[in-house]
Amino acid sequence: MATVTTTKKACAVNPLKMSQPLGAALAFLGLDKCMPLMHGSQGCTAFGLVLLVRHFRETIPLQTTAMNEVTTILGGMDNLEQAIVNIYNRAKPDIIGICSTGLTETKGDDVHGFLKLIRQAHPELSETALVYVPTPDYLGAFQDGWGKAVTAIVEALCEPVPKTAWQVNILPGCHLTVADIEEVREIVESFGLYPIIAPDLSGSLDGHIPETFLPTTLGGAKIAQIKQMGGSAATIAIGEQMRPAAEALEARTGVPYRLFDRLVGLAANDEFLAYLSELSSTPISPKYRRQRSQLVDAMLDGHFFFGGKKVAIGAEPDLLWQIGAWLGEMGCEIAAAVTTTHSTLLEKLPAAEVVIGDLEDLEKRAAGCDLLITHSHGRQAAQRLGIPFIKMGLPLFDRLGAAHQLSVGYRGTRDRVFELGNLFIENLPEHHADSWPLPGESHETVPQSEACH
Amino acid sequence: MNALVRKVERVFNEPACPTNRGKPDKERKKGCSKPLVPGAAAGGCAFDGAKIALQPIVDVAHLVHGPIACEGNGWDNRHSASSGSKLYRTGFTTDIGELDVIYGGEKRLFRAIREIIEKYDPPAVFVYQTCVTALIGDDIETVCKRAAEKFGKPVIPVNVPGFAGSKNLGNKLAGEVLLDYVIGTEEPAVTTHYDINIYGEYNLVGELWQIQPLFDALGIRVLANISGDARYREIACAHRARAAMMVCSKALINLARKMEERYGIPWFEGSFYGVSDTSQSLRTIAKLLVQRGAQEDLLARTATLIEREEARAWSRLEYYKARLKGKRVLLFTGGVKSWSVVSALREVGMEIVGTSTKKSTPEDKERIREIMGGDAHMFEALPPREMYRMLKESGADIMLSGGRSQFVALKARTPWLDINQERYHAYAGYEGMVELVKQIDRAIYNPIWEQVRQPAPWEKED
Repeated sequence: MATVTTTKKACAVNPLKMSQPLGAALAFLGLDKCMPLMHGSQGCTAFGLVLLVRHFRETIPLQTTAMNEVTTILGGMDNLEQAIVNIYNRAKPDIIGICSTGLTETKGDDVHGFLKLIRQAHPELSETALVYVPTPDYLGAFQDGWGKAVTAIVEALCEPVPKTAWQVNILPGCHLTVADIEEVREIVESFGLYPIIAPDLSGSLDGHIPETFLPTTLGGAKIAQIKQMGGSAATIAIGEQMRPAAEALEARTGVPYRLFDRLVGLAANDEFLAYLSELSSTPISPKYRRQRSQLVDAMLDGHFFFGGKKVAIGAEPDLLWQIGAWLGEMGCEIAAAVTTTHSTLLEKLPAAEVVIGDLEDLEKRAAGCDLLITHSHGRQAAQRLGIPFIKMGLPLFDRLGAAHQLSVGYRGTRDRVFELGNLFIENLPEHHADSWPLPGESHETVPQSEACH
Repeated sequence: MNALVRKVERVFNEPACPTNRGKPDKERKKGCSKPLVPGAAAGGCAFDGAKIALQPIVDVAHLVHGPIACEGNGWDNRHSASSGSKLYRTGFTTDIGELDVIYGGEKRLFRAIREIIEKYDPPAVFVYQTCVTALIGDDIETVCKRAAEKFGKPVIPVNVPGFAGSKNLGNKLAGEVLLDYVIGTEEPAVTTHYDINIYGEYNLVGELWQIQPLFDALGIRVLANISGDARYREIACAHRARAAMMVCSKALINLARKMEERYGIPWFEGSFYGVSDTSQSLRTIAKLLVQRGAQEDLLARTATLIEREEARAWSRLEYYKARLKGKRVLLFTGGVKSWSVVSALREVGMEIVGTSTKKSTPEDKERIREIMGGDAHMFEALPPREMYRMLKESGADIMLSGGRSQFVALKARTPWLDINQERYHAYAGYEGMVELVKQIDRAIYNPIWEQVRQPAPWEKED
């Protein structure tokens, strides 16, 4: 329905987009005992680290090959080798997730080749999985990096294994929060199914108090679990960004996949639960029947305040779709939509236009809207526009509990109806005596002198 | 790139730095940054350092020429405050794509500069080089020169790609950029014998404004603060100051020295953290200004102000001294902050059980030894696991550090206070010292500690 345009500007102003290697690194942070490693200059890691620390309010394990000018030109083999050996000696991770950057991709480092040589030279690394994903900064965006990393994880670790009827794989996109993943797990388990979730940020970045302080991730999908994914009855991919990973898993192991492009909204969740019910041959539990009923009621109570509201959204494609398509179903008008990278979903969005651009593009189009939705960097725009602002996505560096924002499922959707609806209520226009003036010609129909009596 | 290599060599060869002078020739060439260990490195790159030093010039546009990571992953993330223009908080980047990498990004850069000038009309545009655009050979110096000619406005190349080195080197190279392109290009409307420069004060959370009233009371004018709440024009006029203070340890030492060599501006290294350090800094500024022709009575006026403000600070600190006496502090921060905060906390009777000296110079370390006496517990580096164990065994009542290690303290259920750039409170001068102590008191005496340290009822031992 929407026309997709790309901004023609030479200068991006107030970026919405973040880089691919950071998305890839976050995917690796959803694996247990993992150390993500960016193959680039130390700044690539430092900027990403600060961003993730501020969003999750957690220690983030993230390392760098610390490339400099000379090592870049000579090739990064030595730095990569040193980094892997140092990480192994210090942290003994189960897996090292290597993401390339713009720097090493421009040089053209053959990391696959390097890794072969490093493996030969270091038999002590035989128990450590080394997963490499090429993610140049100058291509794609954060969610592309996440998707590519999960595909690389699947291709490196998954093999066909004997089938387990009640086991399912869940491949969540990076637009799902820790709370969203927990909700999906709970729903799936209610059907008697055993989910393997990868990556699983709800295990690693949910903000728990660990027993000790290790230099790797503490929790998340275990390598042993990922290796069992080839034995599942089905794969559930959440978000279009996960299609390549789900396809790769199917191609390698024969596990069929079903993709849900979002889990926010009544119909989307009906479809999800009906699928799970059929897959498990188990009826939908009273708990979720009740929750569905609560969501329907929330929609009835709330629709008055959503209908006709103009909303401006800046988000990565899968998050834009998740929130935008749902707001369309609630009667809102998506008056401005800006995103970071291409996706087949963009054209389907109930909006006239989707711009691949920046927050300046969003700000320009958001004037006169009733609500702005984007990540924390929208704060300056929201202030200038003077319109209500809901923070969604990543980074949320000025919010507590960013990881625990729930949107999916009947319950998550219900709570979002309340949250946004309350904001609309708070901002209902106040009327004055002169709010409804008659047009000039209406005054002329009655002569002034008579009207006075 | 050759120009950059030569520039880096010159910056590493710093005559004003005693550490640097103490090294044999060969070592000196390697510079002051410790070699980075792949897989065990932390901290920002040279580009990061240059941007930190220059971004507080608030009325100019800061344009990052590179792929999205360099600006997109880290823009508007520091609390450097402005009393006017907010343009410095706008993220500008050429966000180069694959085709730019193949065909070169110079044309895109030129167009980007044009767009910024047409839309925002800033007094100047600062253009930051990054690794990828340096590697493909984009000549930002020439592009900036041409843009400056075409648009009749200063367009300043900051040729400090991340892979040139560490954040500290980036700070220094930013100083060189100002010396090469900005300082001395404009003249102030009036000059006085009371004009000073401050180097290395970034006005984080508005800290400069805790000091400014003291200067105002003495009739001292900050001509250029390089850089915090700074305007382009102020920096351009910085060469007319009569004296200068270098705040952030050695980060801008090259700038301080060259300002003295070129323009005869004497300088000293001081700190505004702690009561006695603040007083000492004010005294030194007054002394330097009088030496350069200010009225002699400035000294007496400064002494009076110091006496009055110290007394006011101490009376406000009295309440906390009783509550904080003997409380043990573990301090993890870099450079100048170590010794200046150590001395500040000892002033209120707290005990420093350990301090990191990771970013400190040998001089800084010597100063810590002096302040702490023989009982200095200095850590070069403390792995998080060790830090966690130490805190869990109640080795300290509070940890003061930067944001990245906060969770080690918090997960060990130990009070923690942010003293690095991401903090929300200002700690400079007499006001700041009272605030710091107040925040430490709040952290230590918050009632949550009792609660969160209790195990769940079902985990209690019989």
